[in-house]
Amino acid sequence: MNESVVLDGVVKAHGQVVAVDHISLSIRSGEFFSILGPSGSGKTTVLRLIAGLDRPDQGEIVIQQRIVTSDPPHERPVNMVFQHYALFPHMSVFDNVAFGLKMRGESSSNIQKAVGHMLSLVRLQGKENRLPRQLSGGEQQRVALARALVNRPVVLLLDEPLAALDQELRQEMQGELKRLQREVKATFICVTHQQDEALMLSDRVAVMHGGKLLQVGTPQEIYEQPVSSTVARFIGLSNLLSGTITRFDGGGCRVEHESLPPVVVKCPKEGPPEGSVTVMIRPERLHVSAEVSVNGYDNTLPAVVNQCVFNGNEVLYHVRLRNEAIWLVRVPIFEAQGCPLTVGQPVFLQWSAHEGLVLPAHPAPL
Amino acid sequence: MTTCLSTSSAFPVKLILLSAGIFLSLFFLVPLLLVFGVSLASRGMYGGIAWIATWENYQRLLDPLVGTIFLRSFLFAGLTTIVCVVVGFPLAYCMARASRQWQLLLLTLVMIPFWTNFLVRTYAWVLIFRADGILNTFLMRLGLLEEPLSLLFTDVSVFVGLVYGYLPFMVLPLVVAIERISPQLEEAAFDLYASMGAMFRHVLLPLSKPGFIAGGVLVFIPSLGAFITPYLLGGGQKMMLGTLIQQEFLVSRDWPFGSALSFGLMGTVLLLWFLLGRTSYGRNSS
Repeated sequence: MNESVVLDGVVKAHGQVVAVDHISLSIRSGEFFSILGPSGSGKTTVLRLIAGLDRPDQGEIVIQQRIVTSDPPHERPVNMVFQHYALFPHMSVFDNVAFGLKMRGESSSNIQKAVGHMLSLVRLQGKENRLPRQLSGGEQQRVALARALVNRPVVLLLDEPLAALDQELRQEMQGELKRLQREVKATFICVTHQQDEALMLSDRVAVMHGGKLLQVGTPQEIYEQPVSSTVARFIGLSNLLSGTITRFDGGGCRVEHESLPPVVVKCPKEGPPEGSVTVMIRPERLHVSAEVSVNGYDNTLPAVVNQCVFNGNEVLYHVRLRNEAIWLVRVPIFEAQGCPLTVGQPVFLQWSAHEGLVLPAHPAPL
Repeated sequence: MTTCLSTSSAFPVKLILLSAGIFLSLFFLVPLLLVFGVSLASRGMYGGIAWIATWENYQRLLDPLVGTIFLRSFLFAGLTTIVCVVVGFPLAYCMARASRQWQLLLLTLVMIPFWTNFLVRTYAWVLIFRADGILNTFLMRLGLLEEPLSLLFTDVSVFVGLVYGYLPFMVLPLVVAIERISPQLEEAAFDLYASMGAMFRHVLLPLSKPGFIAGGVLVFIPSLGAFITPYLLGGGQKMMLGTLIQQEFLVSRDWPFGSALSFGLMGTVLLLWFLLGRTSYGRNSS
C-alpha cells in the first residue's frame, strides 16, 4: 500500500508551548486513521498542519508523494470537516456544499450535478434550500461532510467529528462515516478524544500525549499491547501495579511489590525492561471469587469488594487491594447474575501469567 | 418579550416603562411637535413667530438653492460614510481578531478622542490645516512645498473633519459584528479553495452586514446634519444643511423656515431608511 500522508520530524510551537513535538507518521492510502489524545495533546494541531492552516516550525509534510510543507490550504488535495462544522450561516445547504466547486471555477451544470449527487450520498435530498440553523445537529454534520467530500479530496480531515452529537446520533454517524469512506475511497484522518470512537472506526490509531506520539497501531494492538502505562490508561479500563522485576525466564517476569505478593506476567520478547516497571491487567482478564480456585491460575491477590456496578450486560466490581489501590473486574452478566459478591466481602483476584503485561516506566521514543 | 412585560415580575417594569414614556413625551415628543407647529407658522416682522398658518415654508424647500444644499450634504455624508467603511473595516477587523490585551488598547485609542470636547478637537484641525499650520509648515520644511497650500475652508478640510469625527461610530459596530464571526469560517473558506478576496466577498462581507448597517446609520445621519465641522473647517463658505438650519435660527432669525428645513431633513432620512428596509436589509432578515 502506498502512503497518502507522511509527516517527517514535524515540530510546531504556539509561543512557549510546543504543541507538536517531533512527530513522524505515515498514513496509508485509503486508511481510516485516528489520532487519539486528551485535549491539549496537540492532535488538532497535527490536523491543521496537514490541512495547511498552520505551518510547521520544523520538518516536512508530504501528501501523495508531493512535499506540501509550505503550500497554502487551497493548493493541497485535502479538505477538512471542522469541529463545530463551520458551515456558512448565511448560505443555503446547496451553496455551502457548492462553495469549494464555485471557488475552483467549475461550471454551474457540473456543480448542480456534483452537489446533487453528494447530497443524496449523505441523505440530505430535499433540504437544499434550508439554512444551516434550520437543520438538526446530525444534518449539519452531514452538510459539513458533503461540503468537504464534494471536492473529491485525496485526504479528508475530521476534527472531533462526532463530539457535538448526542449518544444515539453519534452511533448512527459512526456507521455513516464508515459507509462514506468505503464509497468515496479517500483517506480519512480523524482527531478524537473518545477512545471507543477511535477503536470502532479506525484501521489504525495514533495515541498522542503532550505533543508527542506515544504509539501507532491497529485498535487491537493498541488495546492489547500498549507501550506504556499512559497509553494503557487512555485506552479502555486497566489495572496497574508498579514494582521491580526480580526474575526473568523465557516468557515470564516475576514482579515484586513491597506490600503485595509477587506476581508473574508476560515479558516483552526483547527481554525485561530495566528499573521499575508497571504491570497491566485488563478488567475482563481477571477472575474474581470468594474462594481461591485451583484450576491453574498463576497469580492470586487478596482484595475486598468496594463497590459493585451493574451495567446491564456486565457487572463491574471495584475491589481494594492491600496497597489501597482500587482495581476493576469485569464479569459478564451470564456469569454474575447481579452482584453475588457483596460490598466488604474479602475476595481473591486470579489470572494467568499471559493475561498480564509488563510496561516499561520509560518507553523507547517512537 | 412576554417575560419582560409580565405583570408578575417583582421588578416594577410598568413603572419604569411609564417613567421612560413620560420623559420621552416631555423632552422629545413635545419639542418635536412644537417645531412642527413653528414650521407651519409665518415669520414675524422682526424675526419672531407670527401664528399665521402657511405651507410657504415647505414650498421654499423646493427652491433650487435649497436643493443644491441638500444634494451637497447628501454627497458629503455619503462620501464620509464610504470612506469610514473603507478605513474602518480593516481597523475593526484587526481589533476584532486581536488578543484581549491588544483589543483593550486599541479600543482605548479609538475612544480617547471622546474624552475631549468635539469643538476643541475640531479647532485642533483648524490649527493643522491653517496656512501657517502644522501640515503646511511640515511640508515646507521637507521642501515639498514652496508656499503654503490653502487647505482650510475647502471641501477637503470639511471632508477630513467629518471622517475624523464619525469614524469611531463606524468602527465600534463593525468590531461587534466581526467578533461574532467565527475565525473557523474564514479557515473553512480557505480550505475550500477561496482566495483572500473571495473569502472577504463571500464570507466576511455578508456576515458583517449588521455592523455595516448600524455603522452606516451612525455615520450618515449625523454627518448629514453636521454643522460644527462645516462651519469651522469650511468657514461657512459652502452651505451644508446643518449650517443652513443653524443660520436660519440664529442669523436670519427665520424660525419657521429653519423648522421646515429640519422636518425636510428628517423626512428624507426616514424615507431613505424605509427604502433601505424594503430592499437588502429587509430581504435578509426575513
